[in-house]
Amino acid sequence: MRLSRSKREGLTDLWLAGPATLALLAFIFIPVAIVAVLSFTNYQFGALTFDWTGFDNYIALFSSSVGRRAVTNTLIYVAIVIPFSVGFGLLVAVGLYQMTQWAPRWSNVFKTIYFLPVAATLVAMSVAWQMVLHPSLGIVNQALFSAGLPTPSWLSDRSLVLYTLAMIGVWQSIGYNMVLFLAGLAAIPAELYDAAEVDGAGGSWSRFWTVTWPMLGPTTLFVMVVTATNAFRVFETVATMTKGGPAFASDTLVYALYREGFVYFKAGYASAITMVFFAFLLVLAVIQFRVVARRVHYR
Amino acid sequence: MATILELRNVTRSFDSKVVLDDVSITIEQGSFTALLGASGCGKSTSLRIMAGLDRPTSGEVLLGGSDVSEQTAYERNVAMVFQSYALYPHLTVAQNIALPLTMRHLTPVRRLPLVGAVMPGTGKARQTIMDKVHEAAEMLGLDQLLNSKPGQLSGGQKQRVALGRALVRDPSLFLLDEPLSNLDARLRVRMRSEISALHRKTGKAFVYVTHDQTEAMAMADQIVVMIGGKVAQSGPPRELYEHPANRAVAAFVGHNAINFLEPGDGIDMGESVVGLRPEDLAPSESGALLARLESAEYLGSEIVLSLRGAKGAEIRAIAPGDFAVPATGSEIRLGYAPEKLHLFDADTGFRRERAA
Amino acid sequence: MKQSLRSRILPLILLILGAAFILLPFVWMLSLSLKPQDEIFTTTISLLPSAIEWSNYTFALTETDIPLFLWNGLVMVTGILFFQILFAVPCAYALAQRRFAGRDVLFGLVVAALLVPFHVTAIPIFLGFAQIGILNTMWALILPFIQTAFGIFLFRQFFAQLPTDLFDAARGDGLSETAIVWRIAFPLALPASTAFAIFSVTAHWNDLFWPLIATTDPSLATPPRGILYFRDQESGDNVGPLMAAAVIVTAPLVVAFLLAQRKFIQGLAAGGLKG
Repeated sequence: MRLSRSKREGLTDLWLAGPATLALLAFIFIPVAIVAVLSFTNYQFGALTFDWTGFDNYIALFSSSVGRRAVTNTLIYVAIVIPFSVGFGLLVAVGLYQMTQWAPRWSNVFKTIYFLPVAATLVAMSVAWQMVLHPSLGIVNQALFSAGLPTPSWLSDRSLVLYTLAMIGVWQSIGYNMVLFLAGLAAIPAELYDAAEVDGAGGSWSRFWTVTWPMLGPTTLFVMVVTATNAFRVFETVATMTKGGPAFASDTLVYALYREGFVYFKAGYASAITMVFFAFLLVLAVIQFRVVARRVHYR
Repeated sequence: MATILELRNVTRSFDSKVVLDDVSITIEQGSFTALLGASGCGKSTSLRIMAGLDRPTSGEVLLGGSDVSEQTAYERNVAMVFQSYALYPHLTVAQNIALPLTMRHLTPVRRLPLVGAVMPGTGKARQTIMDKVHEAAEMLGLDQLLNSKPGQLSGGQKQRVALGRALVRDPSLFLLDEPLSNLDARLRVRMRSEISALHRKTGKAFVYVTHDQTEAMAMADQIVVMIGGKVAQSGPPRELYEHPANRAVAAFVGHNAINFLEPGDGIDMGESVVGLRPEDLAPSESGALLARLESAEYLGSEIVLSLRGAKGAEIRAIAPGDFAVPATGSEIRLGYAPEKLHLFDADTGFRRERAA
Repeated sequence: MKQSLRSRILPLILLILGAAFILLPFVWMLSLSLKPQDEIFTTTISLLPSAIEWSNYTFALTETDIPLFLWNGLVMVTGILFFQILFAVPCAYALAQRRFAGRDVLFGLVVAALLVPFHVTAIPIFLGFAQIGILNTMWALILPFIQTAFGIFLFRQFFAQLPTDLFDAARGDGLSETAIVWRIAFPLALPASTAFAIFSVTAHWNDLFWPLIATTDPSLATPPRGILYFRDQESGDNVGPLMAAAVIVTAPLVVAFLLAQRKFIQGLAAGGLKG
């Protein structure tokens, strides 16, 4: 029997879009719903039953010192990475953009170097960082020692470890932000610089403040949000170098979710951590949508 | 002549907007039909419905006498040439032309790169396809370009490739959607005669959508004028020109824009509006129409005169090239043959036959 | 407009210092991987090895499972990319060039899915995989990523720019919709495919989170997971081979990046902009 044409068309649509839709449901939407439900239970991996515990998991997360630690550590990490990564990304981009005028090749070489950490395998690079920062064999402390300076334990000093990780986070993301800023710089019409020069703002410093910075404003907001989004997900460096330690001094949300869920098998509690993490990212997504909308207006 | 394709009371609406309103069109075997109209009149939608790319909201599409509304474009075996040529940018000219044949003559397995090649018979089928491609390419003067990509071709060459792709599959019907509108004026005239020649050579029915009445008049043996989603009139070019069914058709058809004279403008035929083509109106000592000359355009073989009638109506007339143009502002007498007058109802715009 | 020499020098010095900071772990990693054991365990600074020592690499490649990890990584990223393309391209084509009931809803779902980071879905997927017993298999590493809202989105934007006439012509030429997807739309989307492939391969080759969760069998370890196995086994005594392993694992993507910088930057920049 031959199906009618509309039925055949309908089947075609199903055949084209159906598998992807099913995959989206199976691996995104249903899991999100399950994790939201689990966060209100005391379910443990492997257990046969569970009890509804209301907001207990959330209360535990925010009242226990370990849980609070993960949240505040993540926020501190993000708060350090955003200004440094965005700031250095902008400086590098502006520097390289000007350098293209007199040494385009070298400018390109620098661009490659700065972007290198974005493409490199972060776990392998974390292992390398561990050696760079090794208390006695690392090149950093060797240099500090020969200069007669104190040699801190970068990754095992409780008061230092989070900042060390943030520094590596900055190292990893400068290149990415640089690329976004370079795109923003390329979009600034050259006439604006000519106009600024006619108006007497010809020096490189005043050019930056009268043209470059205002024109990059929306890009900067956007880059900040993207940086924050990525910083919230910090996991690889923590898992490789500190495992959240010492004494939870470098515990972060994603690492806590991994540890509670997959090391201690507390699925319910880990789901609550997941939801808190997700909430932070959704807030950032809302900001990002607003910023993108504004960026469109600006042009 | 037998009918090859027929749209019967076709209506097409998108959401609540009616694009085609009860359209009936008959295409004869071997004919050259032009669908003529301004943009947005529904001519392209009609063509897409004929092709099977779009489907009527109500009404029937008959191909060779049977209802084909359930058939896809390919099953109808109609060829379509698009305004944008729609060549596949990643395929060479030869591959572009060969694609419809590949789809027809090679099974999916044979089309596979390696598997297909080792299957017996594939080589022979490919050879047949290539022969046909070369034949079409030769006919259109594309032999030298077979290995080029569409991006390297000029507009005219792209148009030929699009025609070649339509040609090789030996379709029952050719549908052409404004195929010349992206070409410059000189090339357009040349391609016009090439398409006409192609029509004669294939002997197949052509349906040609255009907004250019010159193209329609020059090429078609049947013109369907569409206005506002309806068929305003259909018939041979001469009939449309000599007996326009209403004011709108009269205004659309003809190289020079027709004059419309309201009652009191100098030619009074009762309540009717009088249509008179500029080429039917010329200066004459004994002419009945008096008008004031505003400007004259000398075109060599003829002179186009712009004038104003008694009540201020704009009138255009054509004088022979050797006419001695008087000073602007002077009154001129214009003559015409009474049988050249077209009468239209002042309210409906429909043609009125003169009481004999 | 000429810049004075002095206005160039200060930024240049800063750029060089920054670049040195960026390159520091790369250089130290390479240097240690080429140093003999006794030169590593010394407290005197030497950025470069006194003599190039290849034995660390020989060790990493022959005495450890690093080649197996590389192979696992290759199988995983290829599998993921294959299924992602297989699922995303037809769906993106339907979203861009066909009209069907629920199309806008589906596109809404795709955009919403962009906002969900993978970490959020890990627990339920782990539970599900445990349920059907495919944890600790290659499928566990591949399956969660066959959906790609980002891929659908990227390809849809690309297909939406292509003229509809082209697809109508293909329909008239007798191509089925499936044939149109793979013979017309997909080949035309080569730039989008390249960007997407670079993004996908980089993201999954470098990922540690999911391999850490889904597999405990060292013979299934991907490169980042494998490096950690290696490091934890050797408990810090075998720094040279460990660094050599790190170099080997990082090299494929870094070399690919150096060879196709512009495409990499485009692909990773586009990929990073998703939620």
